[in-house]
Amino acid sequence: MRIELTVNGTRREADDVWEGESLLYALRERLGLPGSKNACEQGECGSCTVYLDGTPVCSCLVAAGQAQGREVTTVEGLREGDELDPVQQAFVEKGAVQCGFCTPGFLMSTKDLLQRNPNPSDPEIREALAGNLCRCTGYEKILDAVRAAAAVTQR
Amino acid sequence: MDFLAPTSWAEALETKAAHPDALPVAGGTDVMVELNFDHRRPAALLDLNRVPELQEWSRADDGRIRLGAGVTYSRVIAELGGTLPGLAMAARTVGSPQIRNRGTVGGNLGAASPAGDSHPALLAAFAEVEIASVRGTRVVPVADFFTGVKRSVLEPDELIAAVRITPPAGPQQFCKIGTRNAMVIAVSAFGFALHPDRREVGTGIGSAAPTPRPAPEAAAFLAGELEAAGLWDSRSPLPEGLATEFGRRVRDAAAPIDDVRGSAAYRLHALSVMARRAATWAWDAYRTDDGNDGNDGNDHRSAAA
Repeated sequence: MRIELTVNGTRREADDVWEGESLLYALRERLGLPGSKNACEQGECGSCTVYLDGTPVCSCLVAAGQAQGREVTTVEGLREGDELDPVQQAFVEKGAVQCGFCTPGFLMSTKDLLQRNPNPSDPEIREALAGNLCRCTGYEKILDAVRAAAAVTQR
Repeated sequence: MDFLAPTSWAEALETKAAHPDALPVAGGTDVMVELNFDHRRPAALLDLNRVPELQEWSRADDGRIRLGAGVTYSRVIAELGGTLPGLAMAARTVGSPQIRNRGTVGGNLGAASPAGDSHPALLAAFAEVEIASVRGTRVVPVADFFTGVKRSVLEPDELIAAVRITPPAGPQQFCKIGTRNAMVIAVSAFGFALHPDRREVGTGIGSAAPTPRPAPEAAAFLAGELEAAGLWDSRSPLPEGLATEFGRRVRDAAAPIDDVRGSAAYRLHALSVMARRAATWAWDAYRTDDGNDGNDGNDHRSAAA
């Protein structure tokens, strides 16, 4: 089937989408947007987190057809022009990245948190990131980056 | 495979009647896992995201809440946290923010997993499931909805329209045991509700039997003891021995198995402890509350068990 949707502000369409296919697969394999990562395919790891009509979801658990006509934002849509988003910049500066596989998901969850709550407490950060797994960092650098991004965002 | 995307409730029922083997999908948090892992290849997917009637909840004149099957856990927490505290507590333990943004109470019922997080809370609240088809609508108590592991009374042409829940007249509790705080399927779970208006107790056991189930004998025992000792009126402390015996009887109502998440023996022990604690916490709240707990619109309870 054919799907049409808006991705990162641009109208996109994809043909020959299998009816049982995930939005994640369509983004990566049909629309050339490999930023969202495919790991667990069962909503455990958060590496595929995108915004569906502004709400963070696991794109592996959204059927591509369910995104028909809707707005999707992926990690590729975070930066403005050549400027990294403050959340991305904070992850770079704090060394919150090792292998980098989980990073797109963490960026999306962090950005959403700071939009809703510009000054989160540590428990609020942990809760907001509960659906994102990182096997490298031990999370401390990631928490540092979220705090730093919050400080920049508030300025 | 077909992808069917009705845009109204009437069209959804007609579509299900015409395609009884179509698998309904709402948030996709169960269905898409089965597709991604090749565990299931339905003839068609019936996407319910575009049915506006399912995304609404409303309050009837008698105060009862009609929760559309497509209302997400995130919305239950944000919009009904104070009105339906037991269900909201269960909703907070579901998966992660991403999962709660997509997962729905109707989808939880449709999947009919013995480990579904909302089921113990719905059982304890004596909730009812509104089921519809082109043939008409019927209402089934949640306690009668589940018929086996991942099986329910739903006929092939039927869809879940809504859940009907009376806001509680007394405190509610929800407890869940898992290997960590986030992202866990329950090893076992327990929902509890005090119904001082009816002088009854509501119970719900999760993940410790082939289906979610209430513990009616334990509930009747506790309600009877509360009545006999005049505790509903005196609001004296709940005797520790009574809470412990209630926990034992809840345990006796379960029929768990050993599986990868836990042993049957552990589940039974955990249930007895959760039931004792839930009853004690709820009773302590009843003693200090004015009796219309949860109707203030502010959710002030912790979900931590």
